[in-house]
Amino acid sequence: MSVHPPIQVERVSKRFGKKVVIDDVSLDVRAGEIFGLLGPSGAGKTTLVRMIAGIDQASEGTIRVLGANMPNLGAMKRIGFMAQSDALYGELTALENMQFFASIYGLRGKKQKERIDDMLALVNLTDDRKKPVHQYSGGMKRRLSLAIALLHEPDVLILDEPTVGIDPVLRQSIWAELERIRQRGTTIVVTTHVMDEAEKCGRLGMIREGRLIAVGRPDELKQKAGAETIEQAFLTFGGARR
Amino acid sequence: MRVMAIVVRIIRQFFRDKRTLALMIVAPMFILLLMDLVFNGEQYKPAIAVSEHVPDMVVDKLKEAGAKVKELSEQQAREQLDDQDIDAWLEMNGSAPHVTLEGSDPTANQAVMAAVQQAFQSMAPKPPFQLKTTYWHGSSDMASFDYFGPVLIGFFVFFFVFLIAGVSFLRERTNGTLERLMATPLRRWEMVAGYMIGFGLFTTIQASLISWFAIDGLDMMMEGSFGYVLLITFLLAMTALALGMLLSAFANNELQMMQFIPLVVVPQVFFSGLFNLDTMEEWLRSLSVIMPLTYGADALRDIMVRGKGFSAIAVDVYVLLGFTLLFMVLNVVALKKYRKL
Ligand SMILES: Nc1ncnc2c1ncn2[C@@H]1O[C@H](COP(=O)(O)OP(=O)(O)O)[C@@H](O)[C@H]1O
Ligand SMILES: [Mg+2]
Repeated sequence: MSVHPPIQVERVSKRFGKKVVIDDVSLDVRAGEIFGLLGPSGAGKTTLVRMIAGIDQASEGTIRVLGANMPNLGAMKRIGFMAQSDALYGELTALENMQFFASIYGLRGKKQKERIDDMLALVNLTDDRKKPVHQYSGGMKRRLSLAIALLHEPDVLILDEPTVGIDPVLRQSIWAELERIRQRGTTIVVTTHVMDEAEKCGRLGMIREGRLIAVGRPDELKQKAGAETIEQAFLTFGGARR
Repeated sequence: MRVMAIVVRIIRQFFRDKRTLALMIVAPMFILLLMDLVFNGEQYKPAIAVSEHVPDMVVDKLKEAGAKVKELSEQQAREQLDDQDIDAWLEMNGSAPHVTLEGSDPTANQAVMAAVQQAFQSMAPKPPFQLKTTYWHGSSDMASFDYFGPVLIGFFVFFFVFLIAGVSFLRERTNGTLERLMATPLRRWEMVAGYMIGFGLFTTIQASLISWFAIDGLDMMMEGSFGYVLLITFLLAMTALALGMLLSAFANNELQMMQFIPLVVVPQVFFSGLFNLDTMEEWLRSLSVIMPLTYGADALRDIMVRGKGFSAIAVDVYVLLGFTLLFMVLNVVALKKYRKL
């Protein structure tokens, strides 16, 4: 693998019409870390990760993922993406949803079956795999979305608010799972607006009104701001820019 | 292959959604059956009242011509015309017959006039020569349904495929799966191709069943080859499919998709030859050039009524193919809204 960080965001801005949604953001995500993007609703987290995933294009600046300028179909094969809202086919079963996305990523035959079985077990849906998805609870759908994002063993995993609407017990188990995935060498970017979740990230980018206000390890950031909690640190960094 | 993944998924979804499956196949057949019953019903028997001066021979001839005849006084006849108990009142002004029609129902009017004319014609001396009629196409017992039929087959295939393709693709947009797919290496053209093939398989079955039902089941006039009918209905279905997908990009929900029906589908019915356009303004008539159903209906009529071969429908085939390709390309472009690449 190259010495370059797997994700490089350089002076990226994004405008919708006249509205600036991402304003001159630069950051690197290092190989094998969980990088958290923390910010309130409307801060621009979704917009930023969509550009990293190659769905959207930056108005200015460059994004390189695994050495390729985004958007790039080759790099997209090695990215797993879990959208903020579940994008599943309700009339199909969980298994059929997974088979569909697996084939889209070119997984076939025995390999496909293995990966699907593994991922179903991972998110604890093996027993419900033959149920149509419209009968699933919100939490089950989120877990299925996560399993689908992991199907093709991506090198980079991008998760947009993966734990929204999930009960605390399940939330714990998903974070534990992310940690295990990270240990196998996957680079993970996860967005959240929940401050205490941010503590679980290796490094954190704080984002507010489209601007990156601070980057660093959670303890580092707290120390720098002289704050007890991430929430206080966020307020300090946010206020300092005003 | 990624295209196949989409095809398989669409087929699975179809089998899960029995209602839509039934709508696509049973509904058109049901409506064709109704139209058949309406247009091919028994001939209308007019009720004609006659005055006492009408000769018995005329009364007999009227009965022979299929009319229900009764003798009434002028006063009674007026009342019964008013109550719509009779369709006409026939009296004699000297030697000249005079008919008063109830007049509000064109079907009844025509039936009365046909019966009366037939009755008096047979009384006149035989003309020195008799006009001999030969049918270049069609025949004397061709019903109006035989003439509408080909257009109706084309229309139903077009309408139902348009609607269902539009709604399915719209659902893919609104439930986020389209955007989700754009985060995979799936290419935009692969998406469009997958839909065309997946739906294409179903519409082939649908179009075949509808055509078979109309021709064999309802005994619609069929002079040409069934294979050509299938070719045209298939091409019409593919055009409707691509157009439905394309227009779903401009709708935010199912209701807005429905709103395209009066804009896109209904005008095609008027222009595709269900009604005679010869009396229409020239510039208005030329609008039919941009309507896919015009070509489909024209070709179907050439095959079914006139029994023509491929050379007669070749232009229609190419134009429909052209429409399909054009709409497919526009679909690939329209998907740029979701991913630039
Ligand atoms: N397609 C779009 N067109 C116009 N504005 C948009 C679009 N997408 C997002 N925005 C705006 O960009 C801002 C950031 O949105 P988003 O990235 O979804 O924030 P977050 O994910 O942090 O909640 C919001 O003000 C939102 O209204
Ligand atoms: Mg968001």
